[in-house]
Amino acid sequence: MAQTLRNDSGFADPDEVYAALIECHQGLSEEQSARVNARLVLLLANHIGNFHVISEALAAAREGI
Amino acid sequence: MASYDYPVYDYRPSADQRGRQPARRKVVIVGAGPVGLTAAIDLAARGVETVVLDEDNTVSAGSRAICHAKRTLEIWDRLGCAEAMVAKGVTWRTGKVFFGDRQVYAFDLLPEGGHHFPAFINLQQYYAEQFLVERAMSMPEIDLRWKNRVTGVEPRNDCVRLAIETPDGPYALEAEWLIAADGARSPTRKQLGLDFRGKVFEDRFLIADVKMKADLPTERRFWFEPPFHPGGSALLHRQADDVWRIDLQIGWNAAPEEEKKPERVIPRLRAMLGPEARFDLEWVSVYTFQCRRLDRFRHGRIIFAGDAAHQVSPFGARGGNSGVQDADNLGWKLALVAKGLAPDALIDSYAAEREAAADENIRHSTRSTDFITPKGAASRLFRDAALSLAAAHPFARRLVNSGRLSTASVMTGSPLNTPDRDDFAGVVPPGAAAIDAPVVRDGKSDWLLHALGEGFAGLWFLDAPPPRAEAETLAVLGRKPIPMRTAIVSRKAFSSSAGLPVLVDTEGLAAARYDARPGTFYLFRPDQHACARWRGVDPAAIETSIARAIAHSAY
Repeated sequence: MAQTLRNDSGFADPDEVYAALIECHQGLSEEQSARVNARLVLLLANHIGNFHVISEALAAAREGI
Repeated sequence: MASYDYPVYDYRPSADQRGRQPARRKVVIVGAGPVGLTAAIDLAARGVETVVLDEDNTVSAGSRAICHAKRTLEIWDRLGCAEAMVAKGVTWRTGKVFFGDRQVYAFDLLPEGGHHFPAFINLQQYYAEQFLVERAMSMPEIDLRWKNRVTGVEPRNDCVRLAIETPDGPYALEAEWLIAADGARSPTRKQLGLDFRGKVFEDRFLIADVKMKADLPTERRFWFEPPFHPGGSALLHRQADDVWRIDLQIGWNAAPEEEKKPERVIPRLRAMLGPEARFDLEWVSVYTFQCRRLDRFRHGRIIFAGDAAHQVSPFGARGGNSGVQDADNLGWKLALVAKGLAPDALIDSYAAEREAAADENIRHSTRSTDFITPKGAASRLFRDAALSLAAAHPFARRLVNSGRLSTASVMTGSPLNTPDRDDFAGVVPPGAAAIDAPVVRDGKSDWLLHALGEGFAGLWFLDAPPPRAEAETLAVLGRKPIPMRTAIVSRKAFSSSAGLPVLVDTEGLAAARYDARPGTFYLFRPDQHACARWRGVDPAAIETSIARAIAHSAY
């Protein structure tokens, strides 16, 4: 069966991850933040690897925008 | 204020004001707020006399800390004043979070049954203080002195010398121990020249209490950028007497004095509550907040507790509730040290455990604040992303942070704990507060926490009457200078053995919550935090663990 995008929380401590994400952008300009975000997406997408999962994530991210 | 008549507590001159030499008292507490009163009642219950000094002669001006957590209620229950609080307060457990005009999710803070107390009650601080004052006044060990303002604090070798101002003029008093529970602006802290370290947030919030009859469910509602208050956050809470708390983020540039004027406040509330709502404004305040604490909560014979020691943002209700936990942690330790039954190092453990708890509260509160008032474009982008995903994607709900609501701090890593040597799962590791469960005692419905009382306590999980000799050994530990009283917890009823009471775990919830098997034994400290557990009874190990839990240097 093809892997699907997980919807439940995958984090042991969501607040910790969120705080680290915000901390990562500390002191950056908006343009720098956007570059960091793009690089982050590529790093995480590669880690996931599975094209089906990535496609589902892309669709979910785009929805409502 | 329309809905509450402030009590006036009379100033009464004390004999200590007339002596030629300053009188010396074992324990003096500065501040008759929730923290100081909880400490006084706890110490009185342990037979320690206190003098409580308060510069005022009534309770909290304004509703202030309104959300009292389950753990706070359990502590106050042990001290004999939770029932009045719950009866007067508003019980709630559901929270709803909105983004714009949409609800993004709802949460239940206590999804399981079988607990004596609810996740939260909302009760105006003035009521909570009033019930605590009434309890304190019923205890002869407590000498409550209203209109006694501390103007000088001088640490000496064997005491703390206080200068106190009263309507009859000044007097001096010596305290062997001084508990500074004198609030966020703590005069004691200032007297000692101690600074806070941490963060001040550049934002302002408007708090308004309104009296209104509203057909709204009893739940916490939080809005991010609602249509009625563009660009800010809003919070709605119900309190006793049809009083509602409204909290609106108004930004750093808002002028506090201007914003407090009814002609400014009422249109904001009207936008939120609707054109038909009929309400009376009871109390308004504009606040900024800090997430910071003292470096050390203990300075010799002076011990800081509550807001005097640490401050957090209000989201999460971690201010008042953590202050009550401070008092709960301190009471038994100070009582044992004051009676000469435990070494001075036990007071250091108060500081270490509660400083760690303050760090945890500050961390949660800082993160909530960063989410609610994002600094910078990237923070706002991520926050709005989490909010916009939350309705459809459950994982994102756990990222949404409108306040992580206060629970009991777990003292993991405290040197007072005995590390597990046996395998355990379950939610009560050494350092955690006891979890309640329904039990039947002497044929009557009761609660597990009631069996723990206020000394060291053991819970012995069994499925049949224990061997007489083993029960006798535990009964002997109940007669030591620092007694440990054991109760047996069993699915099946049987008669008591060696005088150990039997609690029938009719629903099996106690055994499940403690991951207990027949023979499992839990040891609790006098503040009802677990400090050791085993799969079988070992009296020598229990005695070692008790010695360790009182910071006895020999162990």
